[in-house]
Amino acid sequence: MKIMPQLAMVMNLDKCIGCHTCSVTCKQAWTNRSGVEYAWFNNVETRPGQGYPRRYEDQQRWKGGWTLTKRGRLTLRSGSRLTRLLNIFANPDLPTVADYYEPWTYDYQNLVSAPAMDTTPVARPTSLITGEDTAVTWGPNWDDDLGGGPEHLGGDPVLATLSEQVKLEFERTFMFYLPRICEHCLNPSCAASCPSGAIYKRSEDGIVLVDQDRCRGWRQCVTGCPYKKIYFNHRTGKAEKCTFCYPRVEVGIPTVCAETCVGRLRYIGVVLYDADAVLAAASVPEEKDLYPAQLGVFLNPHDPRVVAQAERAGISQEWIEAAQASPVYQLIVNYQVALPLHPEYRTMPMVWYVPPLSPVVDALAGTGHDGEDAGNLFGAIDTLRIPVEYLAELFTAGDVGPVRAALQRLAAMRAHMRRVNLGEPVAPEIAESVRLTPKEIEAMYRLLAIAKYEHRYVIPSAAGSDAHRLDALATGCSLGSEGGPGMTAFDAMDDKFHLTDTNGAAAPANKARRINLLNWDGKSTNGLFAPAPETHGSPR
Amino acid sequence: MTRLLWVTVPYLAFTSLLLGHIWRYRHDQFGWTTRSSQLYERRLLRWGSPLFHFGLLAVLGGHVLGIAVPASWTAALGVSEHAYHLLSVSVGTLSGLATLAGLGILLYRRSTVPAVRKATTSIDKVMYLLLTAALGTGMLNTVGSNLIGGGYDYRATVSPWFRSLFTLHPHPELMAATPISFQIHNLVVLTLLAIWPYTRLVHVFSAPLGYLTRPYIVYRSRGPARPGAHRYARAWEASAPPPARR
Repeated sequence: MKIMPQLAMVMNLDKCIGCHTCSVTCKQAWTNRSGVEYAWFNNVETRPGQGYPRRYEDQQRWKGGWTLTKRGRLTLRSGSRLTRLLNIFANPDLPTVADYYEPWTYDYQNLVSAPAMDTTPVARPTSLITGEDTAVTWGPNWDDDLGGGPEHLGGDPVLATLSEQVKLEFERTFMFYLPRICEHCLNPSCAASCPSGAIYKRSEDGIVLVDQDRCRGWRQCVTGCPYKKIYFNHRTGKAEKCTFCYPRVEVGIPTVCAETCVGRLRYIGVVLYDADAVLAAASVPEEKDLYPAQLGVFLNPHDPRVVAQAERAGISQEWIEAAQASPVYQLIVNYQVALPLHPEYRTMPMVWYVPPLSPVVDALAGTGHDGEDAGNLFGAIDTLRIPVEYLAELFTAGDVGPVRAALQRLAAMRAHMRRVNLGEPVAPEIAESVRLTPKEIEAMYRLLAIAKYEHRYVIPSAAGSDAHRLDALATGCSLGSEGGPGMTAFDAMDDKFHLTDTNGAAAPANKARRINLLNWDGKSTNGLFAPAPETHGSPR
Repeated sequence: MTRLLWVTVPYLAFTSLLLGHIWRYRHDQFGWTTRSSQLYERRLLRWGSPLFHFGLLAVLGGHVLGIAVPASWTAALGVSEHAYHLLSVSVGTLSGLATLAGLGILLYRRSTVPAVRKATTSIDKVMYLLLTAALGTGMLNTVGSNLIGGGYDYRATVSPWFRSLFTLHPHPELMAATPISFQIHNLVVLTLLAIWPYTRLVHVFSAPLGYLTRPYIVYRSRGPARPGAHRYARAWEASAPPPARR
């Protein structure tokens, strides 16, 4: 076991109003230079929609992320190391600037310098790439607010995976915003595809960075990243990417996108994980198992064995305490409302999302129902198949179970808090139906709705992170039972939410068929007893 | 004149090649890149670039075989002069043609695609000129002298001269006796070698062969902060500071 800390982000999509403040402030801070005019380290796209760059999720075309070989080994989708070196002179899977959009400005000078004439002078659009006049035909957010729309509906690669029936009904259903930054993956395929080894993951905080001095412009990383969050600076010939605003988080303040988010929907915190378990988790055969597999890589920071091991690994007390108070860990594990974006790319992304319940509430209210009644909401989540299936394609590789569970918890929170706010008697069964206590629901409400600055951002400063290391070298203790039950986030969630009941296929092999005695119907003993050991040794 | 052309010039070129690379590696890591233009245009590059690069690798291999390996070695291996000649002319012509075709496509692309044209610097233009001249004269030697003109045994003159440069007992008289097209080719290539470190050609020396053996994911520690420790000049201009208030 090798414990590493990771700075991670969760975004609450219910609260995103699509104002693009995060994109604009990020642009001002990082990419307002020539060569990266077309690059948006942070962008907000309307879903359903094509995204930015266009159809980036179509991995048949762009070959991003990882895939499994026939023998089940993890390999880059764009090919083996040798294949990729042979393709280095002309990368067949590289988007061109046209796939993003051709950046432009306007010839404002003409407005004041044009000679007197019959017509009003105009500011013509000028390409920032060629400097010539251009026609603006696409932008970083061309399908903003269209929710797909008849023209762009066919362009959404996520929709393409759903059935034809769903596609036809879709225009009438829902729309939401998806803000995206670099995922700072645990298993970054951009770093793996860099021929020069210039892209690295920082061992102190897991931030993935490009060493501008070592990058040689082989542009394989652009293909490698399935989220297309690496950009080629066409002036300097170097790759650039979201830095998680490391100069800011190193001194304990949030990223620019999070700081300026008017919806206060971003959360930043520390997650401890086992770096040695990443490869195995990313290699599970079933795509739907990737979400629980990633939970199995996260470590429970409240487990004393994890704390001891973290101390031994030289992680400072400040970081361990930050991991214990991490809002990200709470949303992912304690409340189980946050889900990863496209786990099927096998990169183990670390920017997670609370799926939006609003489309369901809107649909209910639109039909004259009470959109905040628990019964109505639960029913609607089950009946409104399309939004749930679409969200599942985004967040759980198509497994609707975890999406439905997360939406149900959000629905329960709404129903519970309405009773509290209206002074009605609290109905504990609402909370219990989603395996939370009323107290937990209220804490979750404070985190999601009140969202105080110091609760949203629990960022330890980098300064102290080295101080403990020497100390730890001298006082480190050995740990007998590492890897035992209870250490990972999956175990912690399993205890609480009984993941295996609704989600059998997603559980680890030794727990997949475990039965929950609370709702055992007595008809079968299948799964009630541990399987008989095949050898004559003592059962585990 | 013979000494100047075939002793001084080559040593100057090699010095520039070596010291230039060391200087640039130490002071301009940020500028050390392919400066790929694939982001602008994909379709022409898809054909031109592999033709050019793979062709050039074959050409390079041919040069190593023809110049670095003495004729006596190949003879000792039992390769007759005729067989060597046949091999060098056929493979050399093929790879030369591929390289030339690739370069043609790339030059066409560079001059007609507006974005690519705009990204071309003046040192690029000099480099392309020399590259074209080197390839043109090289093809003239292979096709003109060896295929059509009945053959010229450069392994008796050019190759020994080149090797003699490295033994520090140069024989410029060998080179002075060669046909003019060989002399021009050599001078062009020497000039190209001399300006090599100051062009984008430096990317040749960072060919990422280590990728085949390194682990996929690179972890790196942040390392101790060294305030103000800049290894070389800033790569961009800082914005002007606001005027001081009184």
